[in-house]
Amino acid sequence: MNHLSEEELVLFYYGESREAGGIEQHLDACQECRASFRALQLVLNTVDSAPVPERDALYGEAVWQRIEGRLGARRRKRSFAWWIWSPAMAALVLAAFLAGRLSHRVEKPVATASNQNTQQVRERILLVAVGDHLERSQMVLAELSNAPDQKGKLDISGERQMAEELLDDNRLYRQTARTTGDTAVASVLDDLERVLIEIAHSPSEISGDQLAELRQQIENHGLLFQVRVLGSRVRDEESQPVSEKRKEREKA
Amino acid sequence: MDAGGAIERAQSGDSDAFRLLVEQHSRVIFRLAFRMTGNEQDAEDVVQETFLRAYKRISDYEARASFSTWLYRIASNYALDLIRSRRRHEEKRERGSGEDRDILQTIPEASPGPERMAYGGQVKDRVNAALDELTAQERTAFVLRHFEGLSIEEIGRTLGTGANATKHSIFRAVQKLRRSLQPVVGTAR
Repeated sequence: MNHLSEEELVLFYYGESREAGGIEQHLDACQECRASFRALQLVLNTVDSAPVPERDALYGEAVWQRIEGRLGARRRKRSFAWWIWSPAMAALVLAAFLAGRLSHRVEKPVATASNQNTQQVRERILLVAVGDHLERSQMVLAELSNAPDQKGKLDISGERQMAEELLDDNRLYRQTARTTGDTAVASVLDDLERVLIEIAHSPSEISGDQLAELRQQIENHGLLFQVRVLGSRVRDEESQPVSEKRKEREKA
Repeated sequence: MDAGGAIERAQSGDSDAFRLLVEQHSRVIFRLAFRMTGNEQDAEDVVQETFLRAYKRISDYEARASFSTWLYRIASNYALDLIRSRRRHEEKRERGSGEDRDILQTIPEASPGPERMAYGGQVKDRVNAALDELTAQERTAFVLRHFEGLSIEEIGRTLGTGANATKHSIFRAVQKLRRSLQPVVGTAR
């Protein structure tokens, strides 16, 4: 009589044997295989004794509290969806913003108080949108820079999709900055765009070598640092009170 | 709000609905993550990362699979990467300190004896140690089959390894566990 193999017994134990009836009959008839199966059962039942720390009913809420802040950028994106989905509007306001900045450098403003207020509201909206764009870009770059090294494939479909979404906005902001002569902003957005294109055109799953290449590009341009600096400058301006900004303008 | 409704609303960007899903599934994912990683800190990391990834990709979820199976897939793959990365780090450290051990050789051949191994706490420790000796792939496949009750075919799809490779991972896992635990179980009962 041929005895049952360990593999047959394992499949039988987990209810995945295609010949369960035959195996049962064999076990009834064969003492050696029955002993072997009993030993397997003992080991696998013992594995069940490995304790798992308890988590109470409020655990899910605690997990939510921990991750909620990290979902922030994406949620804020929805709040300003009207802005992000309207490139023409963004271009107009951005042009007005950058042109305004340039004109303030060369001449005193001649606008009325009412025009100034409208301009400031536009700038505030723009700063929030650009700040959001930079923050989301920073997230993509940071995720790739900090991804664990591994031999197998790394799934970057999320980062790729986000890079695709960011590209149109970035192109628009860069072109407008270039047109209005804000070369410092245009230069950062230029570097950012090249890397976003690389990420957006990468496969959903990349090898360790491909990840290293992407990281190298991010590091070559000091891009993460540049985006952080620009982002914090934008956030500073965003949080500056309107009255202070007006004074600065008047001084210029 | 029922589970299906919460998923649909989360897919359309409702973060309150997603919060509900986090609250419903966190404990199950923690249990799975702990069994895969073997420590609480890593398990917490897996839980958080699973939901962050799920949030990002929720529009990809299709109702053909159950939502919990979809979460299992994300959690298992992340846990697998985490275990591999930890092992690589440990191997590097061991190489650095001049040790070079074959993982199979670390499994004790014989029981330390019933007088030293009272059945109970120490057996549990031994079970944890035996699970730690499995490779990342073996442990993940074994946990999904043994504790979570997924079929071999489902595990193959979840891990993207196919049914045959999954079956062999489980066989190897059981073989190593028997080798490590059978002497203990045999003497304790």
